[in-house]
Amino acid sequence: MTAPDVPGDLARALATTPAHLTALHDRLAAAAQADGVLDIAYRTLDTPVGALLLAATERGLVRVAYARENHDTVLQSLADRVSPRILAAPARLDPTARELEEYFAGRRRSFDVPLDWSLSAGFRAIVLHHLATDVAYGQTATYGAVARLAGNPKAVRAVGTACATNPLPLVVPCHRVVRSDGSMGGYLGGPDAKRTLLTLETAP
Amino acid sequence: MAAATTDNEATGAISRIGPAVRLRSVMNKPAFEAVVADHGPTVLRVCLAVLGSGDADDAWSETFLSAMKAYPDLPADANVEAWLVTIAHRKAIDVVRAAARRAVPVEEVPEIGAAPGADSRDLDLVEAVARLPAKQKQAVAYHYLAGLQYADVAAILGGTIDAARRASADGIATLRRTYAGSTGEPR
Repeated sequence: MTAPDVPGDLARALATTPAHLTALHDRLAAAAQADGVLDIAYRTLDTPVGALLLAATERGLVRVAYARENHDTVLQSLADRVSPRILAAPARLDPTARELEEYFAGRRRSFDVPLDWSLSAGFRAIVLHHLATDVAYGQTATYGAVARLAGNPKAVRAVGTACATNPLPLVVPCHRVVRSDGSMGGYLGGPDAKRTLLTLETAP
Repeated sequence: MAAATTDNEATGAISRIGPAVRLRSVMNKPAFEAVVADHGPTVLRVCLAVLGSGDADDAWSETFLSAMKAYPDLPADANVEAWLVTIAHRKAIDVVRAAARRAVPVEEVPEIGAAPGADSRDLDLVEAVARLPAKQKQAVAYHYLAGLQYADVAAILGGTIDAARRASADGIATLRRTYAGSTGEPR
C-alpha cells in the first residue's frame, strides 16, 4: 500500500481558478491605482501593425512598443528605468487605445493624450518634440530636414538614432521621417509597419 | 519565455526554480506584474489553507498591495516567495483579528476553501487542515504549499527551526490519519 501524497493532494484540493486569480489581480490594480502606487499601467492593443504595448505613468503615456521590440524586454526596461511597480491595468490606457483605434480607422489625425517624456533626453528629446509638433499627418520630412528643425543640420545620423529609439512611436510620428532619395528608410516597427502607416495617412 | 512549470512542480517542498525564473535572476528586478503571475496562485493557496475561503481574498489582496508598496526597496536577490509569505502571515493575523472584533464566535472552524470540482476526499482534507492548531496549519502551508525552508518558516512563526519542522510534521501526520480514514484504507 502506498502512502497518500498528502501535501500534493492538499495543493490540488486548494487549486485556484484562472478566473478567481484574474478577479484578484484586477482588484489589486484598482487598489494600487487608488493608493497612488501604480507607477506604470500597461495593456496591449491589436492593430493593423500588430500588437502594440501601451504603458502610462500617472503623468501620461510613457511607452508605445511594437511586438518586434519584444514586450517582455520593454517591460523589464521600464522596470529598470522608471519603476518596477508595474501592473497590467487597461483603464489608464483607455483614452490612448481609443485614439489609436480612431487613427487606424482614418478618423483621427493627431493625438491628444498627455505624454510622459521621461524616457527621452538631450538631442533625441529635441528631435522627438519637433516631430510631435512640426511634421503633420500626411506629410513626410527627410532626416536632414528634421536635423535642421532640431537646430543641428549636421546631426542627420543622430536624427536616425532618435527615431530608432523613439519610446512613443506612432504617437510621436517618427514613421514620417524618410530618406532624402525618396525611399522610406528604416523603422523601429519594421518596413511593413512604416509602409502601412504612410499609406494610411496619404489615403484620400 | 513562459515558464513551463506545472502546478504540481510549484507545490512541492522543493523551491521552484523554473527556466524563466533563473533567466530573470541574472537580470534586474522584474515588473511587479510578473511577481503576481509567478506567486499569486501559491499565496492564494496559503491564504486558503490558513484562513479558509471566507477571508482568503482579503488577505491575498492586502498582501500584494502591501508588497507592491515595498517592492522598489526589495533587494533584487531576495527570496520573493518567502517575503510574500511573511507579509501574508501578518495580513492573515490582521484579518483574523478584524473578524474576531466583528463577529459573534459561534463556530471555531473557518469556511472550507476547497477548489471548485473538489471531490469529497479533497473536502475532507481541506476541512482537516482547517481543524489543525494554528501553528501546525501555518507550518504546513508555508513549508509544503509555499515551499519555504524550515529556517524561513521558523523566522515567520518566531520559534526554532526544530519547532517549525515538528509543527509541520505533526500537521501532516494528522492530515495523513484523517485522509487514510476518509479513504477507508485499513490502518
